[in-house]
Amino acid sequence: MNALVVLPVALPLGAAGLSYALNRYPRFQRVLGVATLTTVLGLAIALLVNVQANGVLVKAIGNWTGPIGITLAADLFSVIILVVSMVVLLAVLVYAIGSPRTSSEARFFYPTYLILTAGIALSLLTADLFNLFVAFEIMLSASYVLITLGGSRDQIRHGTTYVIINLLASMLFITAIGITYAAAGTVNMADLAVKLGDISPAIRDALGALFLLVFGIKAAIFPLFFWLPDSYPTAPAPVTAIFAGLLTKVGVYAIIRTQTLLFPSDGPSTLILVLAGLTMVVGVLGAIAQNDIKRILSFHIISQIGYMIMGLGLFTIAALAGAIFYIVHHILVKTALFLVGGLVEHTMGTSRLRRLGGMVHRAPFIAALFLIPALSLAGIPPLSGFLAKLTLVQAGLEINQFLIVGVSLAVSLLTLFSMIKVWSGVFWGTPDPAAPPGEDVGTGRLVFPRLMVLPTAALVLLTLVFVVAAEPLYRISEHAAITLLDPTLYIEAVLGR
Amino acid sequence: MMRRSLIFDVSIDTVFRMSLVFSIFMFFAGHNAPGGGFIGGLVAGAALVLRYLAGGSDGSQQVGARFAHVMLGTGLMIAVATGFGGWVWGTEFLENTGVGAELPLLGTVKATTSLLFDAGVYLVVVGLVMEALGSLGHEVER
Repeated sequence: MNALVVLPVALPLGAAGLSYALNRYPRFQRVLGVATLTTVLGLAIALLVNVQANGVLVKAIGNWTGPIGITLAADLFSVIILVVSMVVLLAVLVYAIGSPRTSSEARFFYPTYLILTAGIALSLLTADLFNLFVAFEIMLSASYVLITLGGSRDQIRHGTTYVIINLLASMLFITAIGITYAAAGTVNMADLAVKLGDISPAIRDALGALFLLVFGIKAAIFPLFFWLPDSYPTAPAPVTAIFAGLLTKVGVYAIIRTQTLLFPSDGPSTLILVLAGLTMVVGVLGAIAQNDIKRILSFHIISQIGYMIMGLGLFTIAALAGAIFYIVHHILVKTALFLVGGLVEHTMGTSRLRRLGGMVHRAPFIAALFLIPALSLAGIPPLSGFLAKLTLVQAGLEINQFLIVGVSLAVSLLTLFSMIKVWSGVFWGTPDPAAPPGEDVGTGRLVFPRLMVLPTAALVLLTLVFVVAAEPLYRISEHAAITLLDPTLYIEAVLGR
Repeated sequence: MMRRSLIFDVSIDTVFRMSLVFSIFMFFAGHNAPGGGFIGGLVAGAALVLRYLAGGSDGSQQVGARFAHVMLGTGLMIAVATGFGGWVWGTEFLENTGVGAELPLLGTVKATTSLLFDAGVYLVVVGLVMEALGSLGHEVER
């Protein structure tokens, strides 16, 4: 059964090769992409069932066992995120197939998308710090291509910021790994978890802060978020959706993984809680100041990351379970919102609020598709965002962290405010005749390609299923959190003891 | 059109061939010494860049730049397939297996699956260089 751990990485890589070799046949590329991602989703679900029944699954690549060789390990936390990632990747791929803007770039889009999938899967499954670096690089190289696909002036300019900031983060990352190796003599995460206990606390804390900095840039937490709202909105809608929904969350995954396994604290960490609070507040204030759907949603990514980090900062089982729960909710909701933003832009030719209006009468179904995830993001009961925030708030109250709980509630209110702003700008009212015209061209007709609406609706439906299945989902998250806080099982499995 | 240099034009043929032979040497040397698929591929890629500098993108078209994407894709597939091959032979994913034999003149010769993996890497690197020359090179000439 351990072979299951390798396949989510190897299959998309092989398929990417085939897709690239046959890149003169877009029809074949489409079928191959959807087939591969469907298979990997099935494998991820099988993996989830397996891990739940048997505990951590480990695979030593090339039969070189840890701590020398590279090991892949699937515990509940990584598998939960893997399943959600694959759901979202599949939905966005179908959306991209239906979207005319990507179909013209198909030759490179499909293989690169598969490489991105492999990179994400490897980031989630690896149990080796250096291999994590490689996984991030695979994911990022693919994302560099995707974010500049089409090659408009705007894309290249913002893409450059994105590439430079990520290269900088990667340099810091490899430096941190080098220092870790010098200090502890290993880069296997399970081995490190044991050996870091022996080195001086000062070096350990410094390393912990360094890794927090590295992944903080990737996850866009305060004060390292500045690159995100500029670079994301310029890419084609499906690409923005997958970046917004998934990539920063892989950064959050890495933060939670390293901070719980390698640098566990004894209780709530003030540093992380302060970062979480500031990330929430600054993100939401940034969103309020914006006048473009994509930019508003981009700033909300930042503020939402704060909630996940808050779960880590509280560092109790309930809080980490809340954080995992929140990540799942966020990936689904955020991707759905960006897909709706893409639909609006596709027909109206713009995502600026002043030039939009009245869509609730002309496209009520699209309005509903926006309203559900938007209210969910703001935390209106009984939607998924409410449940996710409730778990975090309860976890905070349990250990008397009133300040961060207060901040998170206030930020919810502001989120609602800015969602209403989008709602009234796009779906109510009329376009502002005095608004300066843009150079954008939309179809102008309210015809939505079925392949774009279908995956969007499927994701919105999933956020509703999330509500119905909240109880078992929360149990799984709690189970995953227990394993995170007591990593002995993970360590023993990886080291093969 | 670029101005062409006579010395460069005359010597390029020899240098190009020698570099390719050297790249194949590096590829095989890589099993236990510095070299391997990546290094070998880079040397071959450098040879292709030379060819490009001498003859422009027409020059590199002659060496099959139109099939760069096939080369890159096939290389990636070979590399992944070697991994799965481990399962076919009853070993682990990407585990190295191979046969050795005593040949006259050459001594001990080993054929391993890691060599196959390296061949995949080699193709990926060469394919990537050719693809880059094809797409970036055309822009420069315009």
